[in-house]
Amino acid sequence: MSLVLDIFTIVAVSAGAFFFLAGTVGLLRFPDTLTRLHALTKADNLGLGLVVMGLLPQAEQPFAVIKLIAIWLFALLAGATVGQLMARAARRERPTP
Amino acid sequence: MTLALAVDISLALLVLAVAGWIIAVRDTFGAVIGFVAYGLLLALVWVRLAAPDVALTEAAIGGGLTGALLIGAAARLRGTEAAARAEYPGAFTRTLAAVLAVTVAAALAIGVLALPDPAPTLAPAAAAASLATTGVGNPVTAVLLAFRAMDTLLEAIVVLLALLGVWSLAPDRAWGGCPGPRRPVDPDGVLAYLAQLLPPIGIIVGLYIFWIGADLPGGKFQGATILAAMWLLVIWAGLADTPPIGRTWLRVLLVAGPLVFIAIGFAGAITAGAVLAYPEGYAKPLIVAIEIALMPTLVLTLALLVAGAPQRIPPQ
Amino acid sequence: MTIPDFLLAAAVFVLAMVALGLVRILRGPEEADRMMATQLFGTGGIAALLLLGVATQAKAVLDVALTLALLAAFASVAFARSASSSKGDDPKETSRQ
Repeated sequence: MSLVLDIFTIVAVSAGAFFFLAGTVGLLRFPDTLTRLHALTKADNLGLGLVVMGLLPQAEQPFAVIKLIAIWLFALLAGATVGQLMARAARRERPTP
Repeated sequence: MTLALAVDISLALLVLAVAGWIIAVRDTFGAVIGFVAYGLLLALVWVRLAAPDVALTEAAIGGGLTGALLIGAAARLRGTEAAARAEYPGAFTRTLAAVLAVTVAAALAIGVLALPDPAPTLAPAAAAASLATTGVGNPVTAVLLAFRAMDTLLEAIVVLLALLGVWSLAPDRAWGGCPGPRRPVDPDGVLAYLAQLLPPIGIIVGLYIFWIGADLPGGKFQGATILAAMWLLVIWAGLADTPPIGRTWLRVLLVAGPLVFIAIGFAGAITAGAVLAYPEGYAKPLIVAIEIALMPTLVLTLALLVAGAPQRIPPQ
Repeated sequence: MTIPDFLLAAAVFVLAMVALGLVRILRGPEEADRMMATQLFGTGGIAALLLLGVATQAKAVLDVALTLALLAAFASVAFARSASSSKGDDPKETSRQ
C-alpha cells in the first residue's frame, strides 16, 4: 500500500514540477503581457495543485491534509483574482495591443 | 544529505541575486517588486535555518504587509521619479558610499567569521528558564514575554509611534478624517468577490496563528498581520471604509495594548519585585492577557500604517 | 532514492524554475509583467516550501505556507489599486457608472 502511495507521490509531484517548468517557459517566451498571463495563471495553479496532491499521502495527521488543501485553495483564489487584476492593469498601460 | 546542501546553495544564490538586483535597479517600482520576492525567499531561508517563528513573521510582514506598503509608496513617488533622477549623485559621492558600504560589510563578515565555534550563547539557558517559569509551550513566546519583555513592549510602542508619524503627514483640514481615498465599489468586480470570500477564512487562520503562538510557532504579530491584511482587502474593495482617525474608540484601542502591558509590568514591581516580572504561578495567564490586549492594537496599527495619512475632511 | 530525497530534488527543481522567472522580473517590460513574475515566485515558493517541509518533517512549515498563500494576492491587489488610482479608473468600471 505504501509503495502505491509513494509512486502516486512521485508521479503527482513530477507532474507538478513539469507545470512549473511550463509556466516559467511561458512567462519567458510568450510575446506579450496577456499571453504570458495566460500561461502563468494556468500553469502555476496546476503545478501547485499537483504538488499538493502528491504530498497528501505523505501527510501524517488529518489536520495537515486540511491545511495542504486550504493552501492550494488560497493559491487558486489568489491566482484567479490576480489574473483578472493584472489583465486590467496591462490593458490600462497599453490600451490598444 | 547532498540534496539538502543543493537546496541551501540554490537558496543562497537566489537571495544574493535578488538582493543585488534590488540595489542595482534604477526605478523604485522594480526595487519594490524585488523586495517582495526577497521577503518570500527569506521566509524559505528561515525555514532551512530551523527558525519557523521568524519564517512566519517574514512571510506575513516581509512578503505581505511591507510589500503593500512599499508598492503604495512607489506609486505615490512615481511623479517625482524624474526629478529624483536628475539629482543623481556624482562619481565622488558614489565611490564614497560604495567604500563605506564595503567597509561595513567587511567588518560584519570579519566579526561573524571570528566568532568561536560554537558561538557563545545564552539562548538555551534563557529558553529553559523562561519555559520553566512561564508554563508557555513555545520557547520563542516565552523568551519574548518573560526574558525580553522590555523589547516586546517597546516594539509594540514603536509601531504606534510610526503610525503617529504617518498621521502627522496629513494636511491640517484632513486631521481627524479618514485615511486614503474612498474606493468606489464594483459589486460584480473580482476584487469585491475576493474581499467577500477570503476574509472569513483569513480571520480564522489569523486567530489560529495567534492562538497556537503559546505552544507552537505563531503569535500576536503574525496573527495581527493576517487580520490587518484581511481588513485592508475589504477596504480596498470598497466594501468598508477606513475609520476617521478622530474616533475615540479607535484611539482607545490603539493605546489599550501597550497600556495593559505597562500596567502589568508595573504591577510586577509590587507583586514580583521587578518591573515586567510576573508573580509566581501567574505568568501564563498574564502573558496570555498581554497578548490578547496587544492583538487589537496591532491589527489597527498595522492596517492603518498601510492605509496611510488621513486625506478626507472629517465628518461633522 | 527515498521519498524525502525525491521531494528535496523536486524542491530544487521548482526553485530553479522560480529563479528563471526572475528574468521576467528583471526585464519587465510592463509593471504588470513584473507583478506577474512575483506571483509565479509566490506560488513556486509555496510549492518549494511544502516540498521541503514534508521532506524534512518540519510541521510548522505548513503554517508558514498557509500564511504565504493567504497573503499571495495581497501585494498584487495593492499594485492594481495603486495603478488604478494613479492612472484613472479601470475602463470597465468607469463605463458602467
